[in-house]
Amino acid sequence: MKTLPIVFAAFASLPAWADEARLTGPLLPAYKTECGSCHTPFPPGLLNPGDWKKTMAGLDQHFGTDAALDAKTAGQIGAWLQQHAGRTMGRSPDPEPRLTTTRWFVREHREVPARAWQDPRVKNAANCAACHKGADQGQFGERELSIPGYGRRHDD
Amino acid sequence: MKSFLPLFALMAGLAGPIWADTPAGFIQSYSTEAARTQPGFRADVARGRAFAARDWGVSDKLASCTACHSDTPSNPGRHAVTGKTIQPLSPSVNPERFSDPAKVEKWFKRNCKEVVGRLCSPAEKADFIQFVMGAR
Repeated sequence: MKTLPIVFAAFASLPAWADEARLTGPLLPAYKTECGSCHTPFPPGLLNPGDWKKTMAGLDQHFGTDAALDAKTAGQIGAWLQQHAGRTMGRSPDPEPRLTTTRWFVREHREVPARAWQDPRVKNAANCAACHKGADQGQFGERELSIPGYGRRHDD
Repeated sequence: MKSFLPLFALMAGLAGPIWADTPAGFIQSYSTEAARTQPGFRADVARGRAFAARDWGVSDKLASCTACHSDTPSNPGRHAVTGKTIQPLSPSVNPERFSDPAKVEKWFKRNCKEVVGRLCSPAEKADFIQFVMGAR
């Protein structure tokens, strides 16, 4: 009986855990060069399929920038994003989906102090590499984590 | 077939597809293009530096080239919106720069539209690369 809660806990956390496994994995070269030139090449699992679809459909007005791609590249990247999208991240509440406002992202970062988000070295919540030192290479482990002004974080 | 040749030559000359794979090659290619409308054109470091630093008043955050690329081409830059580190422009520290014509044209097109508010002229491109090369 004693082990039952543990078993339940393990199952309850399974979907989130499965999505976290999606944070690492090889990035499509076109995605890395086209999208990753201006911002972190975000792990595709950070948005659900519908939100990626919306994002790809609005590239000509992408957060105030014309990031339109040629049809062939857009098709290739779009298909890859659909294939690797997250299923349990929650929908971004923003009309232009932001992967920093999904339920999963907010929960994962709830312990990050407000001051750290405002640090000029961070600048933008989507600047993953400010804290996740290996983000540009797709590394999001605790070992690569260091928050500006707070240093390394030791989690349980 | 023979009669088409001059036509092809004319089209190639007008469209002026840039082909180069070294920084010096790009400067030369853009300068040749620029000289068509500005006889005797020569790329210039100081003009390139002024161009790179100029606030074009088009984009608030991406006001100038140097807003993201820093004013020292051998230094890494930082995207003024996303905060992402941008590798140095200078080929002396980042040999990948100015080695691929498709990439060079793509980024001039994109960034000029965004920062300058229009496409850049061949003269501006030649000056810009000269600035990147000259200030090492």
